[in-house]
Amino acid sequence: MTLAILWFIIVMLLIAVYYVLDGFDLGAAILSPFIAKTEGEKAALHKSIGPVWDGNEVWLLTAGGALFAALPPAYATSFSGFYLAIMLVLFGLIIRAVSTEFRAHDAKWRGFWDALFFIGSLVPALLFGVALGNCLQGIPLAANGDYTGSFIGLLGIFPLLCGLLGLSTIITQGASWLAAKIEVGTQMQARAAHARSIMQVVTLVLVCVTTLVFFAAVGTPLGEGASMVAIVLGVVILVIGIIGGFIAGRKGTDLKAFFASSAVCVALIILFAGSVFPDIIISTGPGPSIDIATAASSDLSLTVMTVIACIGVPLVCVYHFIVYRTFRGRIAVEE
Amino acid sequence: MELLTDVVFLSRLQFALTIFFHFLFVPLSIGLGLFVALTQTRAYKTKDPKDEADAWFWVRIFTLTFTVGVATGITMEFSFGSNWANYSRFVGDIFGSPLAAEGLFAFFLESTFLGILLFGRKKVSPKFYTVSSWLVWAGSLLSALWILIANSWMQTPTGYEVVTTAAGTKAQITDFFAAVANPETVPTYFHTVIALIIFGAFIAMGIASYYHLKGRNEQFVDKMMRWGCLVALIATVGMMPVAHMQAKVVALEQPSKLAAMEGQYETEPVPMYLMGMVDTENQEVIGVGIPGLTSWLINGDPTEEFSGLNDIEADNPGTTPSSGAVSMTFTSYHLMIIMMGLICIGLLIALLLSFGKRLKRARWPWKLMTILWIAPFLAIQTGWVTAEVGRQPWIVFGELKTVDGVSTSVPASDVTVTIVLFTIIYLIILIAWIRFFSRFVKEGPEHYFETKAGMAAAEVSVAEGSNEVAQVSSLDTPIPADSAKDDAGGAAAGPAVGYEATPAADTTETAGLAVGSEATALADEPAPAASPGAAIAADSHNEKGGE
Repeated sequence: MTLAILWFIIVMLLIAVYYVLDGFDLGAAILSPFIAKTEGEKAALHKSIGPVWDGNEVWLLTAGGALFAALPPAYATSFSGFYLAIMLVLFGLIIRAVSTEFRAHDAKWRGFWDALFFIGSLVPALLFGVALGNCLQGIPLAANGDYTGSFIGLLGIFPLLCGLLGLSTIITQGASWLAAKIEVGTQMQARAAHARSIMQVVTLVLVCVTTLVFFAAVGTPLGEGASMVAIVLGVVILVIGIIGGFIAGRKGTDLKAFFASSAVCVALIILFAGSVFPDIIISTGPGPSIDIATAASSDLSLTVMTVIACIGVPLVCVYHFIVYRTFRGRIAVEE
Repeated sequence: MELLTDVVFLSRLQFALTIFFHFLFVPLSIGLGLFVALTQTRAYKTKDPKDEADAWFWVRIFTLTFTVGVATGITMEFSFGSNWANYSRFVGDIFGSPLAAEGLFAFFLESTFLGILLFGRKKVSPKFYTVSSWLVWAGSLLSALWILIANSWMQTPTGYEVVTTAAGTKAQITDFFAAVANPETVPTYFHTVIALIIFGAFIAMGIASYYHLKGRNEQFVDKMMRWGCLVALIATVGMMPVAHMQAKVVALEQPSKLAAMEGQYETEPVPMYLMGMVDTENQEVIGVGIPGLTSWLINGDPTEEFSGLNDIEADNPGTTPSSGAVSMTFTSYHLMIIMMGLICIGLLIALLLSFGKRLKRARWPWKLMTILWIAPFLAIQTGWVTAEVGRQPWIVFGELKTVDGVSTSVPASDVTVTIVLFTIIYLIILIAWIRFFSRFVKEGPEHYFETKAGMAAAEVSVAEGSNEVAQVSSLDTPIPADSAKDDAGGAAAGPAVGYEATPAADTTETAGLAVGSEATALADEPAPAASPGAAIAADSHNEKGGE
């Protein structure tokens, strides 16, 4: 395995971790108007994600930095090509970050910050999937790698379905997190568990529809070798995640249900990676697709990055262990 | 109107706007982070509720600011790819790894321990809480290190070669350590971080001076003036050699920037202007300066000649800043120097206020101190304008021009739209931040005693001192709606008390007197106090009175 492929896998892994972790706090935010009705419930919701959302979001920054460092053309093409979409994601992330801090200080404008918190979470949650869907379906690229289409051109049926699927899994993550973090026996926890079971069904339906459209619209035959392995692995994890989620949801083992919905997120990224490999952004012409081997940085650069990752990732695991352990346990809902 | 269709201009404008906004909050976070850690350490050692209140106050301001810094920082990482795609393709092999390292080594550290600072006061031991406050600060310093390594490489690129591959022409790394330790890295890092620490110290002293003028919380005033002074003094002394080093590197590595900084068109010994402006038409500087001083500072020889813009341009056409950029570089550089002068004056006043006796009684020095934070603030901003505008027309000095770094797939109309959106969103954030910041300052550390945690701390302390006044009164003190985040939980039902509840927070200038007399009254006969906070405040004033 070359360093380039290793770094493609690492970037995908970073995206998957981001999806799982920020997924639950984005999802919780999207669910907030429906699940947290009273101020006590809203406070409990913010308390459940407050200490961790920032760290979760750093995974996106790290994934972005790693993509920039390891596969610069892919970073440049996707961020400039999806310009307006990327900016909408950015605006969303900015306003949700400040609104979770500001709402605590601003009793008068709390409704305003709550609205920003909701919208700021909904937009990125929807657009991440749209972006990945476009990379997979293919976009028109010039010879220098520039995207030549328009913003509207990014809103095809398959990418939109990917967006909805992403949104649905993120909401499932949020519902599973809240069901596992809020005190059992409260109305709020019951609502979260209920939302989880609905979203599990929605996700299942969207997985089926997206797969059908994928074969119809994209029609890529299953790859060979490594990508075949990844796709089979992805499908297995996806099936386990979906079925496991239903079972755990029915039994009421909330933590297991959360892990199951996390598995669904990971599986979808594995399926994405397996399907685009050995490219990372597929071109519909006239320029070539952005393929991993050509796009990768020099071996020296990737070696340095590997060393950095070997030192940094264990540290990050320690930090996560500390913060999740410190704030473990269910949160009481005050009246 | 032509500018509105110029994608390079628009992208530069957007970057300038967003980095400027981001850099309103970063200096405050890094500067005040030190005071969070210092006051928290003190509180840990003394276990005194008054010290705890001070630490709580800084944590409150720090986390508010830090969150905005984090949120607006995402923009910066996104914008390399979104608006500067060709730049990203060119530098990714080198520039990307510091960004990824920043995430792994700095952002995770900051975010984890910030979470503990914000939500963990009751969940972790006081020792761990104190360590966390230092770790957040360490994280912010590390973050500055990695991003400044990346920026310095753009100023003085080393450790690379330019290669052409199937993916295009790019700078490819040949020596990682040479790239990281490029000539600019060390001076830029210390120059920047020290400047931010000076800024933080002036903010701390500014808030203390404000309280002094209001006659509030003399204990806080004394402590912050002394600490702020010492921190600013050490930092300012440290700044001198570092700034000198930075200027030398610029002179040696970026001759066109040095020429722009002093508005020098002809090759000759470089003066140092004290103030002035560049007449770009006639290629001369109108102003007062000391001839040969810059040359002497760089090389110890006032007659040493340095290249002027005309010669640099003649040797390599198209490699000098435009006349607008020359003016801007000159002006911002000299503003920075003037601000440094103001910082030194402010420092002197602060030293006399904190350690002397005479000046203390006058009001004007305190008034001056409440606004002098503007000096380090402007110095930081103008310093960066000098560094970035002076680098033009290059984005990577000597290798890639700014015009060639822009995203060619993004239409000007899209950038215009996002500039408008950024402006709206950032204005909303700025207004909200100013509102909260000024409220936090007005409420002051005293507000801690109206939070659940503060009440508990006060009760313990007062009980230990076998004074039952505060204990009784705390029972009927309503809990404010949005006190500490810890308490934001379900406490919203309680009416917002606001800072009016504490006698010390009175905005009239005679507040000091009022508190003083109240303290006497309290000491004489155990009347019910308004809140345990009042008792503590009164306590402190009482001690003062006894001195």
